[in-house]
Amino acid sequence: MTEQISYREAVAEGIARELRRDQNVVCLGEDIGAAGGVFKTTQGLFGEFGPSRIWDTPISEQAILGLAMGAAMTGMRPVAEIMFSDFFAVCWDYLANEMPKMRYMTGGQVTVPVVVRTANGGGLGFGAQHSQAVENWTLTIPGLKIVAPSNPADVIGLMASAIRSDDPVVFFEHKGLFASKGETAPEGYVVPLGEAAVARPGTDITVVGLATTVPMALSAAERLSGDGISAEVIDLRCLVPLDMATVLASVQRTSRLLIVEENPYQGGWGGTVASIVADEGFEMLDAPIRRIAAASVPLPFADALEQQVIPTVDSVTDAIRKLCDY
Amino acid sequence: MTHTYSERAAIGADELLSLYEQMAIIRRTEKAAHDLFLAGLVKGTTHLAAGHEAVAVGASAALRPDDYVFATYRGHHHAIARGATPEECIAELMSKSTGICRAKGGSMHLTKASSGMLGSYAIVGAHLPVAAGAGWSAKLRGSGQVAVAFFGDGATNIGAFHEALNIAVVWSLPVLFICENNLYMEYTPIGSVTAVANPAADRAAAYGLVGEVIDGNDVTAVKRTVAQAADRARAGLGPALIEARTYRHFGHSRTDPASYRPPEEVREWLEKDPLDIARSRLAELGVSAEVADQADERAAQVVAAAVAAAKAAPDADPKHAFTDVWADGGSTWRS
Repeated sequence: MTEQISYREAVAEGIARELRRDQNVVCLGEDIGAAGGVFKTTQGLFGEFGPSRIWDTPISEQAILGLAMGAAMTGMRPVAEIMFSDFFAVCWDYLANEMPKMRYMTGGQVTVPVVVRTANGGGLGFGAQHSQAVENWTLTIPGLKIVAPSNPADVIGLMASAIRSDDPVVFFEHKGLFASKGETAPEGYVVPLGEAAVARPGTDITVVGLATTVPMALSAAERLSGDGISAEVIDLRCLVPLDMATVLASVQRTSRLLIVEENPYQGGWGGTVASIVADEGFEMLDAPIRRIAAASVPLPFADALEQQVIPTVDSVTDAIRKLCDY
Repeated sequence: MTHTYSERAAIGADELLSLYEQMAIIRRTEKAAHDLFLAGLVKGTTHLAAGHEAVAVGASAALRPDDYVFATYRGHHHAIARGATPEECIAELMSKSTGICRAKGGSMHLTKASSGMLGSYAIVGAHLPVAAGAGWSAKLRGSGQVAVAFFGDGATNIGAFHEALNIAVVWSLPVLFICENNLYMEYTPIGSVTAVANPAADRAAAYGLVGEVIDGNDVTAVKRTVAQAADRARAGLGPALIEARTYRHFGHSRTDPASYRPPEEVREWLEKDPLDIARSRLAELGVSAEVADQADERAAQVVAAAVAAAKAAPDADPKHAFTDVWADGGSTWRS
């Protein structure tokens, strides 16, 4: 049996492999050094690579992303950590105006090979300013690549692609998945950006998920298999590049589409997926496209309240069943 | 061979004449940009740097060719001082395919990456941390390069300024923060919105730095100060914060007549024109007015030819709207 590794260990492992491979890779962020990161996702890096590769910063998110950008423009491959994705709001200029626009507005003169890692999403009871799923914020910005893995092997394989990318990449690590375990990835494992995975093949309905909604959809599909419903689960893995070919090919087979998002319904990424399928796959469909996403309310603190707001295995199971009965 | 900063900062007649000619080229480029804007041939906006020439030219003269420069949306002078030609800058302003950024950036984003001029940034203060990052990179690579961020007095009240200064000191980065204090934050006197008299220099103490206020209209003083700071930075002694006092000859942007500035103040500053100061210094060094006039005439010819070439160049190529989003050269975001 292949060695098991946790999602959080996979983050550190994925970064470590690139630090070993390329001397230009360098990490910066708050508490990422000797402390190993508040989520322990950089555990061991300081010990192996030392202070010349792993840099602790002050609580200065604009400085973190500005430093990373300037270093990336001048030959380095920085991996910057923003502790919680909610904090993108205090350094949004770099994600919205600086990193994604430099190549374009200089007519191709400047390259920004930077990775911005962040802990995203709910499930740990951190309240409204530390629990949001904000992958849809970044989707509104042309010029950013967006990665959100659902399992440890993909964390490692996508981290390799993200760090080697010559474009700015936002890498969402899901807080609710840190403790989950899976098979590790072999040395040299690379998952190309923009390739979705068929996480479970099926014939009756296509369920598209990202990060934590993938295991959620897999659990729902497993429950429904006893009822004779065969759900195909697609793990998008990236929002940009967006692998619509895999989604459309699946819908061609199943004729039904459910999209499961943790970001709010209002402006969520599923709206983009749905609009493309409506445009280009309308004749494949035997039922309306359905989306399950977070309610358009700030994330509440108590588990009992949070579960009302974000998708759950129950709500996904129910939606699959209804769509198959349509 | 190494020299001390004072040897390298000393400016002889030949060098000063060359710096004067560069300043004259910038002055005439800005005048041309102004006239082309009024003629409707430059759209959008311009933020002209006429009056600020000595800061860009003096600093550039103190830097190595491989050093990095980051400028603001008022950045034509920095682009030209670091090797951009007036022709490619004017073509950019005129939306021509021969523009320095293929007409994808415009006046506020002039960039000459091949000579280390890594952009003009139009979000106030954003580039100070980016310049710190270039300095960090130079430190990591042991290259001996320095990074310079030029910014206006208005940027000293935004958070990125303070975050950049703090980390540059903590990490001892080879970064020079050079404030072009032209006394106005857009249309508002900087003193009326700032807690201290010298918006940049008076903040230096908070970061353990010595803030220097210099005459930003004296190209010799600028070169001397920047050379000294660059030497310290290259020696691993960390960043510097320099406040160069200067003055805009035009308004903030576009056709702003700057009527909010007292006429007496304008008159005083026009008497301190950086080109006139350089001419006086040239005279002291024994360079005749005739020789200075010849430099000015050469500058006029360069800019006139640049305007003619830009006017004759083809318009922006529509297909370039869809290039250079990604490193593969394209803009595809989905399959």
